[in-house]
Amino acid sequence: MSEILVLVDHDDGAVRKTTTELLTIARRLGEPSAVYVGAGAEAARETLQAYGAAKVYVADSPDMDEYLVAPKVEVLAQLMASASPAAVLIPSTPEGKDIAGRLAIRTDSGVITDAVDARPGGGEGLETTQSVFAGGYTVEARVTRGTPIVTVKPNSATPEQAEGAAQVESVSVTIPDSARATRITDRQPRTKSGRPELTEAAIVVSGGRGTGGDFAPVEAFADSLGAAVGASRAAVDSGWYPHAFQVGQTGKTVSPQLYVAAGISGAIQHRAGMQTSKTIVAVNKDSDSPIFDLVDFGVVGDLHKILPQATEEITRRKG
Amino acid sequence: MNIVVCVKHVPDATANRTFRASDNTVDRAGVDGLLSELDEYAVEEALKIAEAGDGEVTVLTMGPEPATDAIRKSLQMGAHKGVHVSDDAIHGSDAIATSLVLAAALKRLEYDLVLCGMASTDGVMGLVPAMLAERLGIPALTYAVEVSIDGDRVTVRRDSDTAVETVVAPLPAVVSVTDQINEPRYPSFKGIMAAKKKPVETWTLADLDVDASQVGLDAAGTAVTSYQARPPRSSGTVISDEGDGGVQLVDFLAAQKFV
Repeated sequence: MSEILVLVDHDDGAVRKTTTELLTIARRLGEPSAVYVGAGAEAARETLQAYGAAKVYVADSPDMDEYLVAPKVEVLAQLMASASPAAVLIPSTPEGKDIAGRLAIRTDSGVITDAVDARPGGGEGLETTQSVFAGGYTVEARVTRGTPIVTVKPNSATPEQAEGAAQVESVSVTIPDSARATRITDRQPRTKSGRPELTEAAIVVSGGRGTGGDFAPVEAFADSLGAAVGASRAAVDSGWYPHAFQVGQTGKTVSPQLYVAAGISGAIQHRAGMQTSKTIVAVNKDSDSPIFDLVDFGVVGDLHKILPQATEEITRRKG
Repeated sequence: MNIVVCVKHVPDATANRTFRASDNTVDRAGVDGLLSELDEYAVEEALKIAEAGDGEVTVLTMGPEPATDAIRKSLQMGAHKGVHVSDDAIHGSDAIATSLVLAAALKRLEYDLVLCGMASTDGVMGLVPAMLAERLGIPALTYAVEVSIDGDRVTVRRDSDTAVETVVAPLPAVVSVTDQINEPRYPSFKGIMAAKKKPVETWTLADLDVDASQVGLDAAGTAVTSYQARPPRSSGTVISDEGDGGVQLVDFLAAQKFV
């Protein structure tokens, strides 16, 4: 069975959900091999095994953290040459795209970004699905040259467990001198909010211009639903909420079971980031807002009255 | 200091973008084109760096004849000159071929810094900055929210999901910037008038020693096999808040089993 390389996304050994999603997709295409770059592989192995990794390639060296994507590109390029995989799956993050771009040039392979599905292509290769033009179109595509390199969006599959052998193979990596000149000189970890990850959450509640800068009702409502909090570009540009939480074309794309837009008009840039959500709910003062064209349920009114009332009602029903 | 900004002419994102049925490529004729909004941030950053020191800003694009509009807009903002790579063979090029052509053009230009937007607003792949750096053998500092130049070094701040990073690299380097980095200026009347006199060179693939067989749809490493418009969402229920909007909202969520 052909080998599928999956680049593991992890936080010092804690495997992110996107990785278990990628392993699940990889099993449909062949036999998944997890590629783990950095420290903490021992802690990660159990999860990778539980989600079907037949092999776990591990590359670690003490100074790796000082570089951007160079170590990961070197390891993947090396494995593409030695293991001749049928495909390489990479998380669709800014870092993942940098890695995919460099690998594509180095191996002269076609690359597809932001896939929401990848499946055997019937005959040969694989076929992918992407949402394009701000969610207005769905396209299917194939890689026609080299080894398919595909970046896959979060939430593209429901992780399914399947025991794998998770045989560990150590990979040595030499960072070329040319890449050593680029260094990360400072890294300040972000404080965690305690809420679910925006791109992984089943429910997302976002606030926009209509909050007037007060995100308290948005956060309280989100917490009553166990949801992640998002923000529109207008809210982020106004400095009301950090950019890491921006939903839209230049922020995150989310595709939760439920998306609640509070005080967001629904410009195309925002729709690009949430249009594929299963159920959409909006609260907005302006009944002409384009967001109401997308909703399953909408309330025209003041979010500062409606959200607290809804939060209280949920708390009451929970008893 | 020579700064080259790579820009793209894209179909207006607020219009009804679609595909060409004949070859499944983006329809660039049916919808008005403009300078990709995300590239305006790269042009603005280039101008700020040039204005702070002694810099010249060249705008580089590839695409069919109308793509020259993207150069003109950049010149109106204040860039000094433009280079337009235009060749019939380019139609349908993927990111790999795009980076090949842009890298070949960059090799004919003098550059200390190459600036790009974080992605185009049509393909939104965001691959070209890293690909350019790989081809040119120089550092790529992507998704910058702050850029500073100190002699022959560039320092950027990146704002990722997990951390805020400071990255340093020697020049020349490729830097891509996000929409968080600045507020692009509007062309002034003076800028619009001045742009008419600024030089724009048009280069073909032959000028760049790029073989036509390496670019275009036939050379692409990927192919779109089908496309389909997303069916419009069936319109839902919209109510006006009469004092119990929050409770009605929860009723809906409960019926959908979210509560």
